Amino acid sequence: MSKVGPAPVAAPPAVGARVGRRRGVELALIVLAVLLSVYGYCAVGLARTGSVPPGAAGYGAGLGVLALCAHVAVRIRAPYADPLPLPIAVLLNGLGLVLIYRLDLETPHDRAAPAQLVWSTLGVALFIAVVLVLRDHRVLQRYSYVCVVAALALLALPILFPAVNGARIWVRIAGFSIQPGEFAKVLLAVFFAAYLAANRNALAYTGRRLWRMQFPTGRVLGPIVAIWLLSVGVLVLERDLGTSLLFFGLFVVLLYVATGRTGWIAVGVLLAVGGAYAVGQVEPHVAGRIDDWLRPFATIDAGRGPNQLAQSLFAFAAGGVTGTGLGLGHSVLIGFAVKSDFVLATAGEELGLAGLAAIVLLYGVLVERGYRAGLALREPFGRLLAVGLASLLALQVFVIAGGVTGLIPLTGMAMPFLAQGGSSVVTNWAIVALLIRVSDSARGQYDGREAP
Amino acid sequence: MSEYGGGRPMAPYIRRARVFCALLLAALLVNAARVQVVRAGAYDDNPANRRAVIARYAVPRGNILVGGRPVTGSVDTGEQLRYERTYRDGPLYAPVTGFASQLYGTTLLEHTHDGVLSGTDPLISGFALWHDVRRDGGPGGDVVTTLDPAAQRAAFQGLGGRRGAVAAVEPATGRVLALVSTPSYDPAELSGNSEAVSSAWARLNHDPEQPMLNRAVRQTYPPGSTFKVVTAAAALDAGVVTNLDARTRSPDPYRLPGTTTRLTNEGDGCRDASVRDAFEWSCNTVFAKLGVDVGVPQMTATAEAFGFNDPGVRMPFPVAKSTFDTSVDRAQLALSSIGQYNTRATPLQMAMVAAAVANGGRLRTPYLVERTTRPDGQALNGTSVRPDRQVMRAATAARLKELMAGVVQEGTGTNAAIPGALVGGKTGTAQHGVGNSGVPYAWFVSWAQAAGAEVPAVAVAVVVEDASADRGEISGGGDAAPIAREVMRAVLAR
Repeated sequence: MSKVGPAPVAAPPAVGARVGRRRGVELALIVLAVLLSVYGYCAVGLARTGSVPPGAAGYGAGLGVLALCAHVAVRIRAPYADPLPLPIAVLLNGLGLVLIYRLDLETPHDRAAPAQLVWSTLGVALFIAVVLVLRDHRVLQRYSYVCVVAALALLALPILFPAVNGARIWVRIAGFSIQPGEFAKVLLAVFFAAYLAANRNALAYTGRRLWRMQFPTGRVLGPIVAIWLLSVGVLVLERDLGTSLLFFGLFVVLLYVATGRTGWIAVGVLLAVGGAYAVGQVEPHVAGRIDDWLRPFATIDAGRGPNQLAQSLFAFAAGGVTGTGLGLGHSVLIGFAVKSDFVLATAGEELGLAGLAAIVLLYGVLVERGYRAGLALREPFGRLLAVGLASLLALQVFVIAGGVTGLIPLTGMAMPFLAQGGSSVVTNWAIVALLIRVSDSARGQYDGREAP
Repeated sequence: MSEYGGGRPMAPYIRRARVFCALLLAALLVNAARVQVVRAGAYDDNPANRRAVIARYAVPRGNILVGGRPVTGSVDTGEQLRYERTYRDGPLYAPVTGFASQLYGTTLLEHTHDGVLSGTDPLISGFALWHDVRRDGGPGGDVVTTLDPAAQRAAFQGLGGRRGAVAAVEPATGRVLALVSTPSYDPAELSGNSEAVSSAWARLNHDPEQPMLNRAVRQTYPPGSTFKVVTAAAALDAGVVTNLDARTRSPDPYRLPGTTTRLTNEGDGCRDASVRDAFEWSCNTVFAKLGVDVGVPQMTATAEAFGFNDPGVRMPFPVAKSTFDTSVDRAQLALSSIGQYNTRATPLQMAMVAAAVANGGRLRTPYLVERTTRPDGQALNGTSVRPDRQVMRAATAARLKELMAGVVQEGTGTNAAIPGALVGGKTGTAQHGVGNSGVPYAWFVSWAQAAGAEVPAVAVAVVVEDASADRGEISGGGDAAPIAREVMRAVLAR
């Protein structure tokens, strides 16, 4: 699984020509993605029991049918869409199922792969629904205030439910655990994009100047800061700092892109540092995370054995450059959350630095295609939406992958597509659906000025 | 309104945000390389990292073979530390195998040959570079011992419930045929990592009987009269004695030189007794005086040729140093020469004394491992030429054989006689403790030669610690000699 075919780079089209539809490329890459996933599934079985697991054909067929349905939907309703996001999503989702299936073998009483497959199906269904129903992404602009109310409601919902593992981010209904904050991400991105597209000139040009920096008037800035503070406040109450950091980063990036004011970045970083310090003072949970990050082996020195971060580092180190091979690592030593927050450690140990680099590159290509669509679009909402969704993915990958590899303090968050977690998978399929929709507009109206 | 949709241009900022995202992902890769390549070695070697331990128990451990059959095994527990050690006849072979515990490490052959048994030895794991790439351990190789299962069992059953040890070697080669220590323990109790293992460990370590002490090689005892073989060898080699049957000028009791202490004998008839009679009836007075006549340098040279004072004996696990004190006055030398004072020997050392006599004065270094093999049986290390040395002149050895045979034919060791075979031996009953108050140790060292054979096939040393306290009834001949006889009979019956 550590080998990922080189991503085909679309040849720059001749000036003035329409962009090719490239649906055949998409189909070929989807087939490759499904085959790679099935190969990974078989590799796990061969390594563990010496035989191809009995479910391999079913798994491949299931993933293939899902991917083909998505492909057909794109063919019908988004014929000019970028051919790369869908195969990348299929490959990451397929690889995530392989990793979870592989970890299920270590915890026979707690199987997560079947549920993850159900959630993946729901995610693809949502993808198809979005692609079929949403004919033009600009429609979303009209519903921006509906989005923000829905987002805040979703964020507030888990407060009514008991905390799970220290974080109040879960809603449990009829045996299903849902993380509403995951869905809120997309809704907030839509709202930010719509609001900033409408008000960006006011934000950039009006207001007073203080020491070379332009501050917008309270009338324009007020609502957006209020909503941001509200969302962050809810998250601090729910102790989900990863998502808080994610929203904050998304907010700053979009504000910068919309206004071009570097002052926003300075203000944003100052706010982030101040906020982190304040929360660190109040919340022992957060202070502990920062201590763990600075001294990951402190618990070993104290004779209490390695903590999860130390175990995660051990897993990555054990993988080395080439990895142990699927099914042959011992990342299960990480214990709790090995299939969700720490799933990347399994990839790092069993696929090695080579496999990890391939995965990060896949995310990188996905993000880049989002930005590319943003650059090619003509209207600000679409641009900001594409940039926002792409940045959301990049930030989320950075926060969680940086956390489990000791680059930044660890915050609980799901690796997009790879990690166990239904809400996350469904949300990420929605993000990819919106990227497909946006890129279809960008490439469909391409006039040769900015390569989509 | 320079750009689509009106307002400020956005593209430059989008490009910068794109670079920012690219930098974030690049930072991830750089950090991943730091963790997975630069720091990987330190993380892999961190003692809190269980991976090394898991890898060690991921494959079945190789076996220790006795008489062509494995006396060990491996059981797949399905746990994280997958394979656990099992033992067939654990207590019987514990002084050879030692234990291989997931909690407490390894001992004896399990320890000295851990590389072969666990499969990490480069000779087994093969091409090192390929191993680094694949990192999957292969199964372990086997260790083939020199033990004779019948002799081992005879020694174990002979000792029964008593505290003691037996060491038997093949004089012509140095192959160790039996190595027994009682009371023993079952090393299988220590194999796993459960609560039961730690309680077994605590129980065995606090047991006053010290079941985990390998008395055959790790415990030294005063050899008592069995040391008279060494003294006789020194006297013959030095020319102090030329005629075994000539009367010696030995008083009874013998006043230790420079003291007023009088040394006596158990029996009568030791005054001026010939060396032959004194050996057969174990006269302390004669041999104490003989040692003094030989002198410290010659006594030391002979004792050290037999292996005394050598701290580096390995079999391949280390053997406790047997001692002969070299800085003694004449009185102390007299006592040293009859196996008392600071003279101490392991049962294995005394078996080596008997073996040197049996093998014409040539001492073969004892060894326990015949060869090691790959899992498929292919030999890794075969028997190489092992060092040997001439301990005494061949003529001296021949006369000592005569003396030892006399002990079994008509002396204190008649209990060791085997019909149809030539058996030589020497009894010993060593007193110890303050004022000899401790329970005496019963010794017997011997060899046995089948009719028609050129050299004895077996040399054996037996020590029984808690021989009954009544000195008059017990002796090496009474308690230890029958055990030696059964061991020798088992070897001769092959």
